[in-house]
Amino acid sequence: MTDLSATYDLAVVGGGNAALCAAITAAEAGARVLILEGAPKTYRGGNSRHTRNFRCMHRAPMDPLIGSYGEDEYIHDLMLVTKGKTDESLARLAIRSSEECLPWMKAHGVRFQPSLSGTLSLGRTNAFFLGGGKALVNAYYNTAQDLGVTVLYDAQVRHVHRDGDRISHLEVDIADQPVTVNARAFVLASGGFQADLDWLARAWGPAARNFLIRGTPYNRGVVLRDMLDQGADSVGDPTQCHAVAIDGRAPQYDGGIVTRLDCVPFSIVVNKHCQRFHDEGEDVWPKRYAIWGRLVAAQPDQVGYALIDAKSIDLFMPSVFPPVKSDTLEGLAEQMGLDQQALRDTVDAFNAACRPGRFHPTELDGLATEGLPTPKTNWGRPLDTPPFYGYQLRPGVTFTYLGLRVDSHAQVHTAEGPIRNLWAAGEIMAGSILGQGYLAGFGMTIGTVFGRIAGKEAAAHVA
Amino acid sequence: MSLDTPLDATAEARRQIEICNACRYCEGFCAVFPAMTRQKSFADGDLTQLANLCHNCRGCYYSCQYTEPHEFALNIPAALAEVRVQSWERLSRPRALAQVFQTQGVAIAGLAVVAMAWFIWALAWLKPAGGAGFYAHLSHNLLVAVFMPVFLLPLVVIAASLRAYWREIGGGRVRLAHLLTALGQAARMTNLSGGHGEGCNFENGDRYTDRRRVFHQLMMYGFLLCFAATASGTLMHYLLDWPAPYGVLTPPKLLGLPGGVMMVIGAAGLAALKLRADPALGAARVWGGEMAFILLLAAVALTGLALFAATGTGLVGALLALHLASVMVLFLLMPYSKMVHGFFRLAALVAEAGKPRPVSGGE
Repeated sequence: MTDLSATYDLAVVGGGNAALCAAITAAEAGARVLILEGAPKTYRGGNSRHTRNFRCMHRAPMDPLIGSYGEDEYIHDLMLVTKGKTDESLARLAIRSSEECLPWMKAHGVRFQPSLSGTLSLGRTNAFFLGGGKALVNAYYNTAQDLGVTVLYDAQVRHVHRDGDRISHLEVDIADQPVTVNARAFVLASGGFQADLDWLARAWGPAARNFLIRGTPYNRGVVLRDMLDQGADSVGDPTQCHAVAIDGRAPQYDGGIVTRLDCVPFSIVVNKHCQRFHDEGEDVWPKRYAIWGRLVAAQPDQVGYALIDAKSIDLFMPSVFPPVKSDTLEGLAEQMGLDQQALRDTVDAFNAACRPGRFHPTELDGLATEGLPTPKTNWGRPLDTPPFYGYQLRPGVTFTYLGLRVDSHAQVHTAEGPIRNLWAAGEIMAGSILGQGYLAGFGMTIGTVFGRIAGKEAAAHVA
Repeated sequence: MSLDTPLDATAEARRQIEICNACRYCEGFCAVFPAMTRQKSFADGDLTQLANLCHNCRGCYYSCQYTEPHEFALNIPAALAEVRVQSWERLSRPRALAQVFQTQGVAIAGLAVVAMAWFIWALAWLKPAGGAGFYAHLSHNLLVAVFMPVFLLPLVVIAASLRAYWREIGGGRVRLAHLLTALGQAARMTNLSGGHGEGCNFENGDRYTDRRRVFHQLMMYGFLLCFAATASGTLMHYLLDWPAPYGVLTPPKLLGLPGGVMMVIGAAGLAALKLRADPALGAARVWGGEMAFILLLAAVALTGLALFAATGTGLVGALLALHLASVMVLFLLMPYSKMVHGFFRLAALVAEAGKPRPVSGGE
């Protein structure tokens, strides 16, 4: 049984990548560390469980990364997706530090592999974890255990007690029993609030109740809310979340990677009234998948329907649930709960607008429709070859943007100045850098870089 | 088929593999995951092949986001283990023997007792007039008359099983290059390396260890050395007219002694690992049969070494009965015990080597 009457040097709130990087770094510096993971052991690791790669700057080939990926190119990629909504000095700090993180990760048990099939475009910029994020989380827990770090599961922090410019203790429910946890320094790495549907509904509107949550059900933002209520500086748009269009049959929580659908560029996508609402062929899928969550969220009942014919069914990654299938459009409409005549009218109009030309699935082929109010500008082939297939699309929330503002030492601030013994890392502060959009693998970069900074600063504070 | 067999292991494996195939995070662990990316839907034969390609390293289980209590409830090592064992049972003739001996350790032990009783009887009543070494106890001709069919008939059964396997999985024409690739993978047990070379997750939770690979290779190479020792003795007998007993500095002893020691260490290690490993990540219903098979291999090696140590003493007769009985049971059960995994695994590796390299998907 863990002795909680003792005072730890450092209490880390959360049990994902950022928390573990902080705990390991501080323990290696000699601190006595306690990790408070809100989930049970089988679900430990927060959203890190669902990740798969780490975006890494490198000036020369660095196993498993090929070529080079310099700071300027990296920041340029970030600026494109955030449209400038970023703290550039923190972003550059994360990017520059990512290069030394890769060998550190290997030294602490993380194993990498060549790019996964279907993601070859990322072979230069992103290092893929062998076995994915859960394997990374397992490796870090083993490393932490070997360093003597204490880990408590089912440990949900309810309140971070602030006493002026210091944190004095935590109020924690451990296996539903209230406990006070004392420590000399604290790192908050407990994620965003995307699993709290009430909070999402307050921020986004009632439509959010139809959203699916792609990741852990344990990121309910309790600690984030508590800190904001106590005057901690915040960053990020409180009304926004990052969402992608996923299979509408996905579980409410924790569906993870397998619920993604890559069929949109080869589909026509309609809403529940059988109306198309956006150019499905705007750009290659890796550059467009992120906007479709928002597009579907804006439709009635927050639902969309991607329709494909036999010509295109093998052009994208397999889906976790088999598509609805029918030999006729009417049959497909019936199975999907759509109006048969309305769908027939939309498809006929679309097909009539298609033009002959060369179709090429992996590049922008310019095969565009003509004369439609909502055109399809690439891969515009008629939907005419049975059997027909359909997928229901719903918004799947990945993360929220609202977070704690930190400085380059990962320290948390209030209007009166820094809180002397409090640092934050990972999704809870990622809004400082990612104000909008998303860059594949960058969440793990922020978590690793700021987790290590927070662990180092906390250990120095208690030394 | 025993009552605790899942009703349709193939359907369950198909459900799980289709979820896996939409994720692909485990691609680097072993040959199974790249192989599955070749298709979107899986026929029964495809699943049989994937199941025999799987070495039960369990890396994918501990890395999986979708294990229970998640509603997808993935347990790929167990699902494929069940399909694999069922394929060995289904494709052997007669099936009933495989169903009994794959599952029941008691049946293996029972057969060993019967064989032992027979040899004790034979040694007592068929004792030859002359002969040296163990031929003083049992004549060479009788040994050959007993062991020729006991060795060859099971091989015929296995050959028929492999033919049926090849048909079921739709295997193509075998080229030398495929065979060499497969033998190279078996020789180094690459599919138990974890992809990073640190081994598998068999007995120590989510930590990687190389112990299973090491003990398995000690067993495999030890067995092959012992087999070579016996083969060399046969050649010396018939080609060189040089009958047993053989001295320490002859091929049968130079090969057999280290081989026997390796088998004993390998068997002890594999048995110990099996006791520590989580049975829920394998085909739990055949645990007893698998454990008895490991102990049978240990018995073969230990009695062989004891027989050598007892040379010239009064114990030779009794030890000879034990050794010959265990060897006989091992040979007889080749098609019907865990022993058959080696043949199927090699066939699966050859079939995989003969397929086009998996190409990347279309994200």
